Amino acid sequence: MKLTCIECPMGCEIEVVVTDGVVSVSGNGCPRGKLYAQNETVCPRRVLTTTVMTEKGIPVSVKTDKPVKKSEMQDLMQKINKITVCTPVKIGQIIENNLTEDINLVATSTLNK
Amino acid sequence: MKNYDVVIIGGGPAGLAAGIKAYDYGAKVLIIEREEITGGILNQCIHNGFGLTRFKESLSGPEYASRFIEQVAKRDIDVLTETTVLSIDKNNKTVTAINSKEGIFEVNAKAIVLAMGCRERSKGALNIAGSRPSGLYSAGTAQKYVNIKGYLPGKEVVILGSGDIGLIMARRMTLEGATVKAVCEIMPYSSGLKRNIVQCLDDFGIPLYLSHTIVDIEGKDRVTAVTICQVDQNKKPIKGTEKRFECDTVLFSVGLIPENELAKDAGIELNRLTKGATVYQNRETTSSGIFACGNVLHVHDLVDFVSEEAEIAGISAAQYALNGAKEHDSVDCIAGDNVSYVLPQKIDKNLSGAVKLFFRVRKSLNNCKVKVCVGDKTVIETKKRVVRPGEMEHVLIAEDKIKSLDGNVTVSIEGCEL
Amino acid sequence: MYDVVVVGGGIIGGAILRELTRYRLKVCLIEKQSDVAMGQSRANSGIVHAGFDAPVGSLKAKFNVLGNAMMENYAKELSVKFKRNGSLVVAFSAEDMVTLSELKARGEENGVTDLKILDADSLFELEPNISKNALGALYAPTGGIVCPYKLTVAVVGNAMDNGADLYTNFEVSSISGKFGDFTISSQDGQNVKTKIIINCAGIGCQKIANLAGDYSFTIGGRKGEYILLDRECENFVKQTLFFTPSKKGKGILVSPTVDGNIILGPTAKEVDDANVLTSEEGLKEVQEKASKMCENVPFGQTITSFAGTRAFCDRHDFIIEESKSVSGLINCAGIESPGLTSAPAIAKFVVEKLVSSRIDLRFNTSFNGHREPTDFFNSLSIEQKNQLIKEKPEYGKIVCRCEKITEGEIIHAIKTNPPATDIDAVKRRTRAGMGRCQGGFCQPQVAEIIARELGIPLEKVTKFGKGSYLLRGKTK
Repeated sequence: MKLTCIECPMGCEIEVVVTDGVVSVSGNGCPRGKLYAQNETVCPRRVLTTTVMTEKGIPVSVKTDKPVKKSEMQDLMQKINKITVCTPVKIGQIIENNLTEDINLVATSTLNK
Repeated sequence: MKNYDVVIIGGGPAGLAAGIKAYDYGAKVLIIEREEITGGILNQCIHNGFGLTRFKESLSGPEYASRFIEQVAKRDIDVLTETTVLSIDKNNKTVTAINSKEGIFEVNAKAIVLAMGCRERSKGALNIAGSRPSGLYSAGTAQKYVNIKGYLPGKEVVILGSGDIGLIMARRMTLEGATVKAVCEIMPYSSGLKRNIVQCLDDFGIPLYLSHTIVDIEGKDRVTAVTICQVDQNKKPIKGTEKRFECDTVLFSVGLIPENELAKDAGIELNRLTKGATVYQNRETTSSGIFACGNVLHVHDLVDFVSEEAEIAGISAAQYALNGAKEHDSVDCIAGDNVSYVLPQKIDKNLSGAVKLFFRVRKSLNNCKVKVCVGDKTVIETKKRVVRPGEMEHVLIAEDKIKSLDGNVTVSIEGCEL
Repeated sequence: MYDVVVVGGGIIGGAILRELTRYRLKVCLIEKQSDVAMGQSRANSGIVHAGFDAPVGSLKAKFNVLGNAMMENYAKELSVKFKRNGSLVVAFSAEDMVTLSELKARGEENGVTDLKILDADSLFELEPNISKNALGALYAPTGGIVCPYKLTVAVVGNAMDNGADLYTNFEVSSISGKFGDFTISSQDGQNVKTKIIINCAGIGCQKIANLAGDYSFTIGGRKGEYILLDRECENFVKQTLFFTPSKKGKGILVSPTVDGNIILGPTAKEVDDANVLTSEEGLKEVQEKASKMCENVPFGQTITSFAGTRAFCDRHDFIIEESKSVSGLINCAGIESPGLTSAPAIAKFVVEKLVSSRIDLRFNTSFNGHREPTDFFNSLSIEQKNQLIKEKPEYGKIVCRCEKITEGEIIHAIKTNPPATDIDAVKRRTRAGMGRCQGGFCQPQVAEIIARELGIPLEKVTKFGKGSYLLRGKTK
């Protein structure tokens, strides 16, 4: 399997071979690339960034504090879209505990209005 | 009239970083920002990936900005928001601005830092055939509607241009429930970061059509469809390769241009290649006491480098304001083979410190050799694995080499085409 | 019951409406689009022609020369920018030079003053960027430029200030009754009653006449495509440059606009309907012809391209008369170029000669022909601006950064006659969104101001009325 590493702007082309459940990685420029390729092969994950609506009708930006399963992103969006948060919102504030697994949804900006 | 050592025009990532460093050097600083809050375009860039170089973490745009906003707040730096600069007098270093509280007013500076950022190239400039209905947006405008205002511009989207904002918006609109039918790019390569292609397009199965452009837009009131077409080496559409997509929205991500109207009106020398000011390594323009940094100087792909550059400009502006002007003794930096521009354009031998020369390449290459020549002498030769036009490169010239520069500096690169 | 209903909110309808308000009449204008100046008065070169082009004795020649003479004061009274920048008809062959002499003679017979034939040297002196292949030119110093849609907005606005009504989004679907008691109905069930109808519907003139029962003329459409260059190209040319008309077909013009842009175009292609699509061939044609006229045209500074449809008539002259088959219906049809130039003169003629033969005209003594400029803010001194910002802080808030347009000016455009109710209407009145970024930065803010001032939700704001909505609802 061929992958493009997304850990940094280099975008290394990584080759992954899985034999008998053992993942071997080549083409990575750094250890982070190796880890990325291994994870990507087993269970790809991404940090989900989006917004939640405040009661003022203005959105505030949020992210998951750890990467979530790529396959779960659209379902999580449905869940996040139902959340309404009250202002003021402070950067770093947890918007939803354990959104999925042990992953929280946190505000990435401050809204004082 | 108010007096400052350093007046910074623009409170985005460049202006904030410049302000912090100028203040720390001992200058009395004013930052002028036209929006309600500082942070600039980062406020609407809610995706992550910022700060990998600087903070060794992946931050969202507002988070990256907040690190600097907090630093500014800790210092006695004056910040005027919702204030637009109307003009600059480069000789008297007077800045004329307007806001609702004070009307039109002047501020005196000893040094000025230009940090106005850039704007998107507009769709109008493309001369695409067809109608002019609503639903045609630059990617950044769509980003503002979605992330700041909380509105979805449309539900079925075609994106022209694979610049980073276009790619980011492909994912963003998809997550918000829109269908992105295609991203087309007139060049044979994407101008966006590789990782954005992976996580914004590939992750969602959005097709990227390289060497394609939009040849027709349909729709009377709102866009109803577009036709894309493959292009040849001269970017001319190839008949018979048309594909039609029904859509209600077209996003344009066709390049960024430094927003230098103020600089131009003030008579500050601009560079044809970067569309930003011509600068020395301390980011002073050829107008004494006027500095420039960030996307107004040249369009960066990573904000980390904007901050780094702005810090140079901030310190230099403070030095100028507090210690006075210094004579320049400079050589020019020239873009050689496969290099589209080099910045700074001038190296002042009287300035201390090593010089990081930033440059962009014309095409994607691997196994490359970067050569820095002074006259016909090669002074630096380094290797790079991969270079891409979408990603800025740099090479360091050590301090001891600067003093002895006896000719113009040319940066060139050779390698195998990808 | 109105005394007079004007159908069509272009420059002709608008100018007539304003002329009517000089008298004690109940008048209104109906327009099918969301704003006035949405047809040929929008996609228009904005040239105030000198008057050497039209055949001697034609209505075109008569109204052109009269209108040209009136335009300066007309624009001044309405606070619309007008510039007598002069026109040049440029010759590229010996044959062209002969044609120039004919044009000069024709112009003089039409009553155009100060026409002069220039040799190549004097031409290059006037226009250094003109093609080195140019041999000479006919110089008409009385030629001018005006912004066609700002003039239209101004005449309609001034008419409204003087008591006229405006109905936008009123697309006529039927006309019944007769002189003294017409009923005009729209598709969505609105009705207006009037004694007299003045048909100024541009490309729709034939439809309106037909609905009223007049089948005496045919109107066709001719599409024209334009390219607009950035204001940075100001002074690329100073005069309006025309090609010499020849059997090989019509060229395009290269001209400054009053706002400092350079306009190139239009092409001329006959079309079936109000086709406003730009085409690859059309834009290429504009570029090729512009490059024939001038050296090194800065196409890299293109800020937009657009197309419009001009009406033309099978009689090949203006139709300005009361219908022979339907009394009380006055047709102003087939008003192609030089219609903009002729508008003030046509309006005067229609009201004083045609309307007056049907209704007694008594002066409206409270008529005030003066209109405050929409861009008054820029003409104020700094002290005046600061005084205004103190009273109305919204004038201290720049919304459009490229053109430096304040929130105050945008609110003014929404609240002043004829009210701007969509993004493009604000743009035409204030230039907000017309600059280099083409609204990329300010459109969301302009949309919010419109929504707030009109008391409508943001998703109801449109680009130019009807289905041209900006947004598809909230994200969540």
